[in-house]
Amino acid sequence: MSQKDFVLSVEGLTVSFDGFKAVNDLSLYVDEGEIRVIIGPNGAGKTTVLDLICGRTASTSGSIKFRDKELTKMSEHQIVHAGVGRKFQNPSIYEDLSVFENLELSYPKGRSVFGALFFRRDQAVINQVHEIAEMIFLQDMLDKPAGLLSHGQKQWLEIGMLLIQEPDLLMLDEPVAGMSVAERRKTAELLKRITKGRSVIVIEHDMQFAEEIADRVTVLHQGQVLSEGSMERVQNDPKVIEVYLGH
Amino acid sequence: MNSLKQIFPKGDLIAFAILAVLLAVVFPLAMDVFRLNLVGKYLTYAFVALGLVLCWGYGGILSLGQGIFFGLGGYCMAMFLKLEASSPENTAIQSTPGIPDFMDWNQLTELPWFWEPFHSLSFTIIAVMLVPTVFAFFIGLAMFKRRVGGVYFAIITQAIAAILTILIIGQQGYTGGVNGITDLRTFLGWDIRTDSAKVILYFVNLVLLFTCLVIAQIIRKNKLGRILVAMRGREERVRFSGYDVANFKIFVFCIGALFAALGGAMFTLQVGFMSPTFVGIVPSIEMVILCAVGGRLSIFGAIYGALLVNFAKTSFSESFPELWLFAMGALFISVVLFFPNGLASVYQDHIVPRFKKRFKKQGKPVAVKPRVQTAKNQPNTTEKTDDVLTGGTL
Ligand SMILES: Nc1ncnc2c1ncn2[C@@H]1O[C@H](COP(=O)(O)OP(=O)(O)O)[C@@H](O)[C@H]1O
Ligand SMILES: [Mg+2]
Repeated sequence: MSQKDFVLSVEGLTVSFDGFKAVNDLSLYVDEGEIRVIIGPNGAGKTTVLDLICGRTASTSGSIKFRDKELTKMSEHQIVHAGVGRKFQNPSIYEDLSVFENLELSYPKGRSVFGALFFRRDQAVINQVHEIAEMIFLQDMLDKPAGLLSHGQKQWLEIGMLLIQEPDLLMLDEPVAGMSVAERRKTAELLKRITKGRSVIVIEHDMQFAEEIADRVTVLHQGQVLSEGSMERVQNDPKVIEVYLGH
Repeated sequence: MNSLKQIFPKGDLIAFAILAVLLAVVFPLAMDVFRLNLVGKYLTYAFVALGLVLCWGYGGILSLGQGIFFGLGGYCMAMFLKLEASSPENTAIQSTPGIPDFMDWNQLTELPWFWEPFHSLSFTIIAVMLVPTVFAFFIGLAMFKRRVGGVYFAIITQAIAAILTILIIGQQGYTGGVNGITDLRTFLGWDIRTDSAKVILYFVNLVLLFTCLVIAQIIRKNKLGRILVAMRGREERVRFSGYDVANFKIFVFCIGALFAALGGAMFTLQVGFMSPTFVGIVPSIEMVILCAVGGRLSIFGAIYGALLVNFAKTSFSESFPELWLFAMGALFISVVLFFPNGLASVYQDHIVPRFKKRFKKQGKPVAVKPRVQTAKNQPNTTEKTDDVLTGGTL
């Protein structure tokens, strides 16, 4: 019953944009080590929920507890330091830097101004970057400017940037969107590997993909939880069927 | 910090050497003292341009108020020199001897409290560096912590530059008003108006400039520099990589202010006065133009830009003084349109490859590293490379 069982507990979360409640009195509990998939029609508020958790958007009311920390009062970088990592819907990487430098910047060391000034690219950093690069299929691209990567490769790079941060809670917003079939397959493989031993929230449209990886599924609709449970249960929930068919 | 080799790669060492030879050997040998002093004056603007390379070129923070810091540094130095020039013997004819002449003209009868400590050289040197930097720190703190950036920040710095000018002009009795602080003569008894002093000051200026260049090089070649570049393009993402973006902006803005202040102090020493003309909006914008013409991503470009634009300004305004501002505007627009990365990009894209080709023909292998800057400007090549890359991995 204690909140310690949950890695993340969101309670009564509401955000209002000029009166429009994009997320409305939402509660969500994620277990330690669980893989939660959030689905829902476009505009349901999925991305906004992640924005609220990672501090990008300030909530109007409600609480977000990560382990014993209240995230709603923390700034973005503090939330990252606490162990929450987030991948954006559109690949968000540093185009002007090389793949290596992108990963190196995400390595959780030397994050203060002077820490960065005196940061040394030591063997541990290099090894870690190479290890992650191999995982995300970019081991031969390390010296390439990240701006030259394909869309899919940019998505992988951003996943890599997340992994090297070693977050306890990983949040991925539509990680396979815009990928080719081959890339999708590779990404599914990658996600299965990296989600082991971590708590993960994935937003996904692809039902088959969601079913493959999810422990539990949450269906969002108009900023509220419509249904929650195993994929099978959710798919047979009349409310869900109505929303999906009604659209 | 990284190893020396990483901070000073061969290409940059060559650039340092060329610049050093030009400024420390060629110019002093080829020019008379008058011209050399002029170059020295131009180089004081190079300090500002160098700071702008870090702030604007790397960090993406456009300040249109660097004159603030140039001026504050220059005024601190001018106050020290003015006090020395206003010894009771020198000012015996004034109604209050021992205070600067302009104070006497404005019916002041004693030295204002904030002038007192400028009797001390050590205090002055500390003030030259600290006053502008601390001021920049508070501007940065107020703006960047509130996430004020981009155009808004540029306008605010410009407003502060305007306010400071008005303040200096208005408080004539304390600041010398619109004329500034003039008639500076000696530095610890050493006459700075002589030819030999001018040559020595030119070299002191060079030493300081190269110190700043090395600092800039260390910053840009470290992870700090890469964070600045990352911030320029994707500020938000940098936050989610775990960095407090505001702190990095404040830091680089303070460095820019410090460089500008050193330039200002050396200006006062070499030119012999300081006035509000170097504080306000127009000089601040001119400094941004120097940086843009030289290439806002190149610390060496900043120096060459400062030299070239000011040479042009001097020769142009000798013949057509009223046309200079128009010429400057035209120069700025054409550089931005045709060479967005300034003279440095012309050098990088046209001269360096030609040299490399030469060397290659002679059988020396040259590693050509992919250049990041070109990636953005050439969507066609990007697409082509995409295909190749994807084909390669899948
Ligand atoms: N910053 C914002 N200001 C105003 N409206 C917003 C903002 N962010 C999101 N919204 C609105 O909130 C709703 C939910 O958006 P989003 O979370 O992106 O949906 P999803 O990711 O589920 O497709 C949309 O109607 C969107 O227009
Ligand atoms: Mg979305």
